[in-house]
Amino acid sequence: MRKVGVFVCHCGTNIAAMVDVAKVVEESRDLPEVVFATDYQFTCSAPGQDQIKDAIREHNLDGVVVAACSPRMHEPTFRNAVAGAGLNPYLVEMANIREHDSWVATDRDEATRKAVDLVRMKVKKVAKLEPLEEIRLPVTKKALVIGGGVAGIQAALDIANTGIDVLLVEKEPSIGGHMAQYDKTFPTLDCASCILTPRMVEAAQHPRITLHTYSEVAEVSGFVGDFEVKIRMRARSIDLEKCTGCGDCLEKCPVKVPSEFDAGLADRGAVYRPFPQAVPNVPVIDREHCTYFLKDGKCGICQKICPTDAIDYSGDDEIITEKVGAIVVATGFHFFDAAKYTEYGYGAYPDVISWLQYERLTNASGPTGGKLKRLSDGKEPETIVFIHCVGSRDPSKGFPYCSRICCMATAKHAVIARSKLPNAQIFSFYIDIRAAGKGYEEFVRRAIENEDVQFIKGRPARVLSKNGKLIVRSENAFTGRPMEVDADLVVLTNGAQAQDDAPELALILGIGYDQYGFYTELHPKLRPVETNRAGIFLAGMCQGPKDIPESVSQASAAAAKALQILSKGELAREPQVAEVNAMRCTGCMDCREVCFYTAIEEDEFMRRKVAKVNPGVCQGCGACVAHCPDGALEMKIFNDEQIHAEITGLFAVPSAGAAGGGGAARE
Amino acid sequence: MSSDYDPTIVGLLCNWCTYAGADLAGTTRIKHPQNMRAIRIPCSGRVSPHFLFTSFFQGADGVFIGGCHPADCHYTNGNYYARRRFALMKSLLDFVGVEPERMALEWVSASEGDRFAEVVTKFTEGVKGLRRPSALKRDGLES
Ligand code: FES
Repeated sequence: MRKVGVFVCHCGTNIAAMVDVAKVVEESRDLPEVVFATDYQFTCSAPGQDQIKDAIREHNLDGVVVAACSPRMHEPTFRNAVAGAGLNPYLVEMANIREHDSWVATDRDEATRKAVDLVRMKVKKVAKLEPLEEIRLPVTKKALVIGGGVAGIQAALDIANTGIDVLLVEKEPSIGGHMAQYDKTFPTLDCASCILTPRMVEAAQHPRITLHTYSEVAEVSGFVGDFEVKIRMRARSIDLEKCTGCGDCLEKCPVKVPSEFDAGLADRGAVYRPFPQAVPNVPVIDREHCTYFLKDGKCGICQKICPTDAIDYSGDDEIITEKVGAIVVATGFHFFDAAKYTEYGYGAYPDVISWLQYERLTNASGPTGGKLKRLSDGKEPETIVFIHCVGSRDPSKGFPYCSRICCMATAKHAVIARSKLPNAQIFSFYIDIRAAGKGYEEFVRRAIENEDVQFIKGRPARVLSKNGKLIVRSENAFTGRPMEVDADLVVLTNGAQAQDDAPELALILGIGYDQYGFYTELHPKLRPVETNRAGIFLAGMCQGPKDIPESVSQASAAAAKALQILSKGELAREPQVAEVNAMRCTGCMDCREVCFYTAIEEDEFMRRKVAKVNPGVCQGCGACVAHCPDGALEMKIFNDEQIHAEITGLFAVPSAGAAGGGGAARE
Repeated sequence: MSSDYDPTIVGLLCNWCTYAGADLAGTTRIKHPQNMRAIRIPCSGRVSPHFLFTSFFQGADGVFIGGCHPADCHYTNGNYYARRRFALMKSLLDFVGVEPERMALEWVSASEGDRFAEVVTKFTEGVKGLRRPSALKRDGLES
């Protein structure tokens, strides 16, 4: 029989005030398994732990019950303590007599009875425990970063700078993300590309970073420390090695497609690079628009003029397989489609434009060379109206959440407008100004007080077009009256939303996402960059709206989390996994159906098919154990026998007066 | 008399949510009836049907299973398995004479200490309202 020691903690008065600790000790001595029982003021303290260690040695204990707080609090503490005395750490259990008892009970007798029961249940469970070893898994010292925006670049650089290899996968032809499209950043009005492009180049030239642009993650299997990733590299049709980036092909391509990078304000060819500072600076051929692909080999101009013979129409998408130990997801966001607000006339009136179009229009490297003018007639606007919250804070047409960055972006846009057009009238219609952040409120005040931007609280109802003017009709919450502005240019600050394919990628990665498609962190307060899948971390907008410094901070945090794994040679984890008893298994493989982690594989035992659990993949939920019709699956922690022992232990009240079996060495 | 009937309830609580919710009820000192003895399990999907049968045959007056809210299961869908199994077990136990009031499957998250106290109180009251032990305890195997 197992020799169990019981240690009852007073927790100062937290337990002792409501539970008769001496009685709990006394009653536990009546259990046949218990050879030693005692109490202490604070069992988790150093002397408290020593008491356990001494008892283990003195009484040869091979099982320990600590009756104290929640195991969620101190189980690791006591596992360490017993290990310190040479006992297997998995031979200890905690009876939760604080959170589940003394703190919620009102009657001392009742609380004491409950504590006695809980201790007895745990003693019976401990009698069924088995010594276990941690599972050790090798770590592949390489990271995958998905998304090459500012967050992904930051995470990749942080990891690579510690000497660990990084794969940076970006679905567009160039890294840079949305930040590369912006003119300036708030609240300092730094030129966005001036601070971003050096980072892009640094990432591309980093000896530890391998860049895969125009590529997507197609499949992820394996588990933390040892993921296997399949990456689909779309056919670029241009040899990355041969191309010198001269750009001759870009000029000669006869096809015209609205440029995504310029938000439709300019055209690009079928062979294109999104912007001149693209990294890599090698174009791609957009096969959906290229005449050569659409009309069976007609055209071919780019191939004819390419001086280095870099054009290759024959290549196909390629799938490469890589092993990585950790993954950072930084897939960003996209802008809400302003056309959904038909009342604002986006798409119908050329001078109603979106956030991104405005950025391109004011950007010195944009299609107008930074000249802020109307798209309809090329004239400088005299009156500009900005409308906040298009698609945000509006459950009826957009999303209920606040996109967090638009108030500041609009203030920035207004300040930029003022610097370009000193005499213009500038209005900004808002619901509330949300300017929490370092230097943010001051920036908004600057727009209002120094730059003469008229911030008006009100949500415009309509934008109409009349005699070449745009009439903005709105309520004005200050006056309580409707108002109208005759504008030349209306800029809609459309909010942020999750990428359309975010749920698809979540399924590939096995991570959670919320009702909007933003990826779910493991804990909203304390584990904001981890996901439900160990080894996969989040950075930037893919997890929810945030501005650039927040995205960058989260990226560094995600990198640090990834490095906690990657810096180790192996990972240790709790042996809480399922196991198949091959003798009992009939090979029906029903267990596979309920396993979310695809941890169950086929195996052969005595020339028949049986199930087998891959302990590296298994997360220890126990769904298969409860499911198996033959009782062939068992868990290493929380096994059936142990849970049964707890249940029957609850009702196995020793009859009054019956002495315990262990007998020896009572205190 | 119902006032003498002091039921013993077996709790099977998911480590990630309801067990933690019960901890929170403790941390925030929300008093509630103390008839339940909680057993920590990794997920509500871990609950094998025989845990219920064993409990009732041993003399439990009620079994309370606590899992994560739908879509919140730490293991993604363990609670959905739990829900399906529970429906079956409940009707089977009902068939052998264990009243439905003696079984509950509730979703309580780690942040819902107040809800934990509330559903446990309600459940305990429901069992108490039956005024006597379950048929399996009264004329169970021993008799
Ligand atoms: S983890 Fe709580 S129900 Fe599955």
